Amino acid sequence: MKYEAVIGLEIHSQLLTNTKIFCGCSTRFGAAPNSQVCPVCLGLPGALPVLNGKAVEFAVEMGLAVECTINRESVFARKNYFYPDLPKGYQISQYDKPLAEHGTLQIETDDGRRNIGVTRIHMEEDAGKLIHGEGAEDGGHSFVDLNRACTPLIEIVSEPDMRTPEEAVAYLKGMRDIILYLGISDGNMEEGSFRCDANISIRPVGQTTLGTKAELKNMNSFKFIKDGLAYEIERQIDLIEGGGHVVQETRLFDSARGITLAMRGKEEAHDYRYFPEPDLKPLVITEELIERARKSLPELPVAKKERFIKEYEIPTYDAGVLISSRVLAEYYEAVVKATAEAKLSSNWVMGEVLRALKEDNREIGECPVSAHNLAELILMVKKGIISNTIAKEVFAEMYKTGGKAHEIVSKKGLSQISDESALVAVIDEVLSKNADSVERYKAGEQKLLGFFVGQVMKGTKGQANPGLVNKLLKERLKG
Amino acid sequence: MDLTSKTIAGLSEMLQKRELTSKEAAGLYLERIAALDPSINSYITVTTESALADAEKADKRLASGTDITPLTGVPISVKDIFCTEGLKTTCASRMLEGFIPPYDSTVIKKLKDAGAVILGKTNMDEFAMGSSTENSAFGSTLNPWAEDRVPGGSSGGSAASVAADLCAASIGTDTGGSIRQPASCCGVVGLKPTYGRVSRYGMIAFASSLDQAGPLTKDVKDAAIMLGLMAGRDNCDSTSIDASVPDYAGSLQDNIKGLRIGIPNEYFIEGMDKETEGLVREGIKTLKDAGAVIVDISLPHTEYAVSVYYLVATAEASSNLARYDGVKYGQRVDIGSGLIDMYKATRDAGFGAEVKRRIMLGTYALSSGYYDAYYKKATDVRALIKNDFDEAFKTCDVIATPTAPAPAFKIGERTSDPLTMYLSDIFTISCNLAGLPGISLPCGLTEAGLPTGLQIIGKFLGEQDVLNTAYAYEQARGPITQKPKL
Amino acid sequence: MKIDTKDVLHIADLARLALTEEETALYTEQMCNILSYVDKLSALDTKDITASHQEASEGAALREDVVAPSLEGEKVLQNAPEKANKCFRVPRIIE
Repeated sequence: MKYEAVIGLEIHSQLLTNTKIFCGCSTRFGAAPNSQVCPVCLGLPGALPVLNGKAVEFAVEMGLAVECTINRESVFARKNYFYPDLPKGYQISQYDKPLAEHGTLQIETDDGRRNIGVTRIHMEEDAGKLIHGEGAEDGGHSFVDLNRACTPLIEIVSEPDMRTPEEAVAYLKGMRDIILYLGISDGNMEEGSFRCDANISIRPVGQTTLGTKAELKNMNSFKFIKDGLAYEIERQIDLIEGGGHVVQETRLFDSARGITLAMRGKEEAHDYRYFPEPDLKPLVITEELIERARKSLPELPVAKKERFIKEYEIPTYDAGVLISSRVLAEYYEAVVKATAEAKLSSNWVMGEVLRALKEDNREIGECPVSAHNLAELILMVKKGIISNTIAKEVFAEMYKTGGKAHEIVSKKGLSQISDESALVAVIDEVLSKNADSVERYKAGEQKLLGFFVGQVMKGTKGQANPGLVNKLLKERLKG
Repeated sequence: MDLTSKTIAGLSEMLQKRELTSKEAAGLYLERIAALDPSINSYITVTTESALADAEKADKRLASGTDITPLTGVPISVKDIFCTEGLKTTCASRMLEGFIPPYDSTVIKKLKDAGAVILGKTNMDEFAMGSSTENSAFGSTLNPWAEDRVPGGSSGGSAASVAADLCAASIGTDTGGSIRQPASCCGVVGLKPTYGRVSRYGMIAFASSLDQAGPLTKDVKDAAIMLGLMAGRDNCDSTSIDASVPDYAGSLQDNIKGLRIGIPNEYFIEGMDKETEGLVREGIKTLKDAGAVIVDISLPHTEYAVSVYYLVATAEASSNLARYDGVKYGQRVDIGSGLIDMYKATRDAGFGAEVKRRIMLGTYALSSGYYDAYYKKATDVRALIKNDFDEAFKTCDVIATPTAPAPAFKIGERTSDPLTMYLSDIFTISCNLAGLPGISLPCGLTEAGLPTGLQIIGKFLGEQDVLNTAYAYEQARGPITQKPKL
Repeated sequence: MKIDTKDVLHIADLARLALTEEETALYTEQMCNILSYVDKLSALDTKDITASHQEASEGAALREDVVAPSLEGEKVLQNAPEKANKCFRVPRIIE
């Protein structure tokens, strides 16, 4: 029998606010344990939450970016459960009245574009961090650091619309790109500021009802998500084909072994006893806030890609690479604006620029060659001042020193010889040294032209303008 | 007249005239506490050292003659539910024995800023759950008027400390009557403001949508003074109301000619104590004689108030009390068999019977399959109760009722029957459910010499009307001559 | 609504309360009494009520995203029953 997978994803993304969602403590990563806590995020008796307005703005922007309806009134709710990283014994989240609902995200699959439904986006607080002790003294204990407690999160819940691990990854990348475009999160999966849980089940192709799902956690890279889902799909198929059935449970991905395992801890039936948070009034989103957020939205990846293809007439592949980050796209556009050379600029950005950055392990934002300087270099090639080969040399120097193209070219005497009289002298010297070849050329051995060009270039240390050399040689050889 | 029986206003006058220093005043109260409180047990912690330090500071302020409030140098007590930086705060629970908050609640901060001298933290029902102060982990408080009777609750320690002149005034909290009912039992004035009028930040939560702090005082003017200093929008409490605070004490006046006072027939029920009913009706007549217009009104959903209250309050409490898990503060009992057992052993040892009972009830009301029938239903009926008041206030300006159906009951009399105990809040609960202000005033003693309370309920943010009505009653009634025999 | 010992034990587990047999029996009886008292609510028709738990008119007041001082070091852990490595210490958690 042929099976298909049904995958739904829950993304938790920390928001890049200065302070926590319900108190004024800093959200800076990497501080000493329990140094960024106060009565509120410690859950001290009597402390009360006060909502961070910036976190609300960020969440609204995200909702608009994936075409959600923003609820004019949403309600915070308490999710009750005991865990040492949860200082109040409940998490303040949103439940039956979330901030945003009914959105969609377009992804590209092997079979073309598909829309993945976004069920809801809601705001909540993060939990603290648990460190499990090691060694004789600490081995029997876990340690609670509450710096992360109360950090603002948005949870983005998808419809179970994905069918393959590749689609799931495409969705996640699409969401992460948007988050990064909006600048509302750093999207760092390794540090856990962008996390993903998956609900996954399988069913025979053609069946419309859903199979029993497993919840998959602990996948902190795109590769692990792909591997984890692929493993889980096979596991479930094997189970069913072997006459067994899938158990509804939470499974953790073990990246070292590439497998998923049921959580070891005794899993009890959860009863979170959600109820409206009495310490916070309903969150009212004004029309004004929505309009402000809408206006502040940048052009988003999918739209930008389409525009690049249409406006600059560059290949789909190029457009896909160039929009992969908002900063890269802006860099590219700045180069095109100055050069009016869309494809040439794309070649340069995707070629030299990204290669150099990759070797250097740097982001486009840290590129030592500014868009302005790269444009100048490209224009020098276009005007024939330097050859493409020389330009690559100049670029390397610009990347190393941060210098400007014309300065490097003139300092190193690299500009092309476009002065006919200077070239004629070199040409005449080459022709007189190779009289026999001139004879053969004249006798019809036309391919020798390349040889003469090569000799002239050699004689000018590569600085001759190749087009001009060609033209002059032909003229001289005619006579 | 003994100095310790003076009102805030009376003491303040002496302090400002330098007829008495704050340190002397604090000393007098501390002596009296040392002499009488071992039997009354109105204080959990007496903060002698910091009180004297506060008093010295206040004396300097009084001497400088600047930045003086009516509370500067005045010794008060505070319910042990308010976090006080550096001073033990227990909420009358074993769970928080030894807990020293690293911060002040907003109310405490405001009172300290006004120059108040805090004598100590008063006894209460554990986590404010109770109507008799018998649920304290640190022993019951006795009613100063009758030592075999409860002082009411949960702010029983505060009410008793005011009645026994162990402070000039006190502050308590009221979730279902916890200021007004003990005030009634102990013959003092107790005011619960509009929900959100006073910040809840730093006040240990029992039921967040109902809790409200307020004063317990010797007369109405003192209540007005205290409220003026406690009230106001607080950026640390998003449920606090953003409205300016009137000069309650300055605007106090006793002319109630033409004021419409509503009397709800649902508050004079069968089975209520006849003497209490008589005294309250007499009180209402006093108001009428002073010029008020008495209007019959109906609050038809009153009979559901106790049910709604015990579902909403316990549900919120079950969640509010989840933070007491033995991890960050308070007691921990670790029997060495893992985290979940540590939680259970800690909470078993830390909470008293009534707290556990309410956590159980609240957990049940929120649990899967019962939420709609209990919690959701209760919040819906709460809206009906609120609506009753909106309707009633179309025909009257304030409402007058008894505070409690009977005077203080005997210690131990109701501990075995939670439901009967819950019913002692029957007249005070609706006010909390509707978020309205209410005050309890002494309106005479029974034959047995037990105080009775008259309750005045006002409109949303109608504290001034409530205080003025109470003040008019107080003026017409005349001074109370009897004192508890201690 | 009738509840039995099993329900009471389940609720106690959710609430992380250890109950003795005696307590379980007592709470079962008392909760039954209280629940049958509050059952009077079910007689009321509330289907047309859209109860908001609080006045929503002005909505939640929002805080500016400006860092405020956190608690000073020793105050964070001063009340901790067990602490080590600048952290609150708990029995080891198995995941």
